[in-house]
Amino acid sequence: AMAGVGGGNDFQWCFSQVKGAIDEDVAEADIISTVEFNYSGDLLATGDKGGRVVIFQREQESKNRPLSRGEYNVYSTFQSHEPEFDYLKSLEIEEKINKIRWLPQQNAAHFLLSTNDKTIKLWKISERDKRAEGYNLKDEDGRLRDPFRITSLRVPVLMPMDLMVEASPRRIFANAHTYHINSISVNSDHETYLSADDLRINLWHLEITDRSFNIVDIKPANMEELTEVITAAECHPHQCNVFVYSSSKGTIRLCDMRAAALCDRHSKFFEEPEDPSSRSFFSEIISSISDVKFSHSGRYMMTRDYLSVKVWDLNMENRPVETYQVHEYLRSKLCSLYENDCIFDKFECCWNGSDSAIMTGSYNNFFRMFDRNTRRDITLEASRENSKPRAILKPRKVCTGGKRKKDEISVDSLDFNKKILHTAWHPKENVIAVAATNNLYIFQDKIN
Amino acid sequence: SEALFGEAEPETKMISMEKAEEAKLKAKYPNLGSKPGGSDFLRKRLQKGKYFDSGDYNMAKATKNKQLPVASVEKTEITGDHIPTPQDLPQRKPSLVASKLAV
Repeated sequence: AMAGVGGGNDFQWCFSQVKGAIDEDVAEADIISTVEFNYSGDLLATGDKGGRVVIFQREQESKNRPLSRGEYNVYSTFQSHEPEFDYLKSLEIEEKINKIRWLPQQNAAHFLLSTNDKTIKLWKISERDKRAEGYNLKDEDGRLRDPFRITSLRVPVLMPMDLMVEASPRRIFANAHTYHINSISVNSDHETYLSADDLRINLWHLEITDRSFNIVDIKPANMEELTEVITAAECHPHQCNVFVYSSSKGTIRLCDMRAAALCDRHSKFFEEPEDPSSRSFFSEIISSISDVKFSHSGRYMMTRDYLSVKVWDLNMENRPVETYQVHEYLRSKLCSLYENDCIFDKFECCWNGSDSAIMTGSYNNFFRMFDRNTRRDITLEASRENSKPRAILKPRKVCTGGKRKKDEISVDSLDFNKKILHTAWHPKENVIAVAATNNLYIFQDKIN
Repeated sequence: SEALFGEAEPETKMISMEKAEEAKLKAKYPNLGSKPGGSDFLRKRLQKGKYFDSGDYNMAKATKNKQLPVASVEKTEITGDHIPTPQDLPQRKPSLVASKLAV
């Protein structure tokens, strides 16, 4: 059975691997900006601020190297996006990869979508382990021979060669977004996908790059009236006509593409009621949803706002069914978190394969997991100090006031530059990938 | 009913903490607008990456990419002495280096 959270007798998280440079000086380009497992979990992709994608592949179990069971090693790496400058608008277009989404595998090759602020690209990653040799059509220096001088028919033979993994851009979906793309999501029909920016959502066909359908447009006629932006969007995992999008005001709208071509009117509107007397300057900012993810079952969705993660039942719009406090102790630090801009950090969240547990990041390289069944939660740390092979991760605790116990860390000692914004959970197993600035940590369960 | 997990403070304490933080912020920045999540903030977000023109952008990039210490200028150098050629101009596009995750 798939357990999620430590604390039980039979389950603990262990360090498995860490990728990336050790030195203190972090180049901005090396900051990881997205992490995503593919559908089987055999491939793990990362994107960074420098526009590069690195794909890791899980090693097969082998009798020769039993200890490297399940290790992820580099499979392919390529430059996905490059920095650009929009001369017409004097706008910088960063090469930072905002999101990577895998397509379900249909043949020997692997496909993924990667996006920066403006352009989405479909990449094909394929293996080549044979090459044709024995052509007699060219001279040794590569010049074509005169056909009259070729007197024998020689059929080339496929010879084995060292495995080469090639990445090639198969489609470029450009010029459809005036504002900054925050999400892409592949539809369950495997033919279409959506892309969302601050004000609009577009629907694309994977084969067609010169057209996309605008399905949501919240741009007001007068920009002075702008009160809300789109922060994330996702397609339903099974119903190809349904998608959701979240807003900076903490609301989620579920839309049905069968109901209308333009889904400006939602089918469902999810919002937790708030007592107006409790509103503060910070209320709206901390309610802004930074990520929305459907459960694998398609029955629930999860949203991440600044201080909490909420699970919603799609059949209940007026409040979430579960709320998890990620780092409630930050509520007494909102003033300084506003001043240093941390209050605008966009944390992501993810489900485990069976939807029994959820995970999200925090500061000080801490990340949190919540088991929905046992109601247990745990705080773990991604750090080089806990990076001995198969070392069990010790739970961490933040001291919120009063006496600090040994091994606890006080709120004021937290390092707010060490943010874990991106985490991913293997679709079938207890393997997680955690991006800590420029390092990628992989943790696995320890079977006792 | 709604399930609440993790460390939750009683709601009244939550509200007073937040309002105390708000008072702190307004004491520091008395001119802070009363509608924080409103148009000013959002419009600034939509303007992310805006530069005055491409020259402004390239200057900003050049300053950011300067990682080596500036070579000391020889005192004998005279400005206007040398007509620059394209080969002399520093590379504006940063070299594309492989990710350190792939090492």
